[in-house]
Amino acid sequence: MEKSEHLDLYQQMVVIRILEGRSAELYQQGKIGGFLHLYIGQEAVSTGLISARKPQDRVITAYRDHGVAINCGISAKEVMAELLGKATGVSGGKGGSMHLADVNNNFWGGHAIVGSHLPIAAGLALGDVYQKQDGVTICMFGDGATNIGYFHEALNLSKVWKLPVLWVCENNQYGMGTTVERASAVSEIRQKADGYAMKNDNVDGMDIMKVREKALEMIEEIRSGSGPQFLEINTYRFRGHSMGDPERYRQQEEIRKWQENDPIGIYRRYLVEEKIASEEELNGEDKKANEIVEDAVHFAESSPEPAAEELFKNIYVEEGR
Amino acid sequence: MAKITMRQAISQALWEEMERDPKVFILGQEVGVWGGTYAVTKGFYDHFGADRVRDTPISEAAIIGSAIGAAIAGTRPVAELMTINFAFSAMDHIVNQSAKMHYMFNGQMVLPLVIRTVGGGGRQLGATHSQTPDAIFAHFPGLKVVAPGTPADAKGLLKAAIRSNDPIMFIEHATLYQIRGEVPDGDYIVPIGKSTVQRSGDHVTIVTYSKMLELSLKAAEQLAKDGIEAEIVDLRTLRPLDMEPVIESFKKTNRAVIVEEGWKSFGVGAEISAQIYEHAFDYVDAPIKRVAQKEVPLPYNRNLEQMALPQVEDIIKAVKEVL
Repeated sequence: MEKSEHLDLYQQMVVIRILEGRSAELYQQGKIGGFLHLYIGQEAVSTGLISARKPQDRVITAYRDHGVAINCGISAKEVMAELLGKATGVSGGKGGSMHLADVNNNFWGGHAIVGSHLPIAAGLALGDVYQKQDGVTICMFGDGATNIGYFHEALNLSKVWKLPVLWVCENNQYGMGTTVERASAVSEIRQKADGYAMKNDNVDGMDIMKVREKALEMIEEIRSGSGPQFLEINTYRFRGHSMGDPERYRQQEEIRKWQENDPIGIYRRYLVEEKIASEEELNGEDKKANEIVEDAVHFAESSPEPAAEELFKNIYVEEGR
Repeated sequence: MAKITMRQAISQALWEEMERDPKVFILGQEVGVWGGTYAVTKGFYDHFGADRVRDTPISEAAIIGSAIGAAIAGTRPVAELMTINFAFSAMDHIVNQSAKMHYMFNGQMVLPLVIRTVGGGGRQLGATHSQTPDAIFAHFPGLKVVAPGTPADAKGLLKAAIRSNDPIMFIEHATLYQIRGEVPDGDYIVPIGKSTVQRSGDHVTIVTYSKMLELSLKAAEQLAKDGIEAEIVDLRTLRPLDMEPVIESFKKTNRAVIVEEGWKSFGVGAEISAQIYEHAFDYVDAPIKRVAQKEVPLPYNRNLEQMALPQVEDIIKAVKEVL
């Protein structure tokens, strides 16, 4: 990996961290509506994973999607503008926090019904197979999604049809406030892939280099025709499920323990120890990231609201209500 | 022009569209090797091959979900749900996903998706296999709902649906497959979202669609013997709903009976009558009547089932009440 590539990934992680923090503030100020699910703590998962894709590889995820959007190449401006519901948002202000997408960057959303995007991911891969394209679909979902029927239908179908999908479970230990042990018959989620005779693995989601390495290996195997594979990535969200989470289900001690493994801290140490970048250089990246987010907030706040005529646009491609 | 069955008309539309556009493919339970549970896709598997006629597991959510994914990825899937009753197992994908994605992502995703399915009662299949829940699907903006009542419309509307870039529920009726009618050969397109007058008359307007068109036409024949000429408007598409021919007819007859196979409460008739009152209140000469299924889960026993379903006599009675 080139140094510039490392610095880029590092910057993406810091942008996500700062953007999420600023989003929380804007939410508390009433500038962001609806639900807001923060990615803080999980930055290494999508940054590592998506750094391993090629341009033709599709990405689709659940509602905790701001970080994934940034990693897919959507600007912080367009993400922030969408959170504020502005016309300049990546979904024109009609989607909101949970429904970011940019098909030009091969990012297929932001889906808010738990597990529902898994069959759609199988379909994206089917579309590639049908059109003889060599893309791999990377489908991310939480541990909670592995308990709903869609998960099982989608995994089964992908295996039966040998679809090029990398199923990625971001196991952040809780489905809202319910621990994996209280909700899933197996606590090691990857075991569920065994039920579909699907090759599977797991990786430490706090270490971006480990995530990236594993993802590179699995994506290329899938591209070479292995059929779908399943990757469980262990991680932890440092904040609540959403902004309205009283967090009665976990102890501060547990959060503190995981925070010792802060994914940005781990990557930072790695870059310095391997002499890839100096502390000063990384501080410089932090500063740049901060500027990117502040520019994005300014852009979003000064952007126009969607015009009233947008209300009836894009219900259908063709005429009709 | 040839006189063919509804089944042949639907099959012809599918076949011709698959020949015309390689992006069109079929997926669903038993659509391939079996040839379709209603034999609509008989011969397709041998001709088009396993890639374009894809047998799926019994996984309704995965059938519709994967069809959505394939559609936004640039193909034109025709997904078959064996019966509309099974659509409830895919409700999330039909309602929360297909109907929303174009709008919610601000036009970025385009869903040229047809969901072919089969509804209706009258075959003693019991409560879970006999429903006519068309109105439910017509409730959602973002989805189009088409339900033809003649072989010609079935062909023309299905071809239009396959060429459309919007998600469409195409609801066939299980007891209409064997009816025959004149169907134009080749490229015959009926536009989606256009109601049509199937029979002219001056005394009363009957608004109906799908299977109930057949019954309404029979009722009209009998009424004609008593000197009552009914005008029949066939909706053909429930969403987007074309009320123009309905209102035009009503302004002439000033009386209406709405006939649907589904339940009356919150149904198609409720919507149509409300719109007539909204748009043509000054023309109302009698309270609008609705003929619909009795408010019970459809029973298995033949006599009980027929008691619950709308009959020709019910339509005649309703017409005489509004005159």
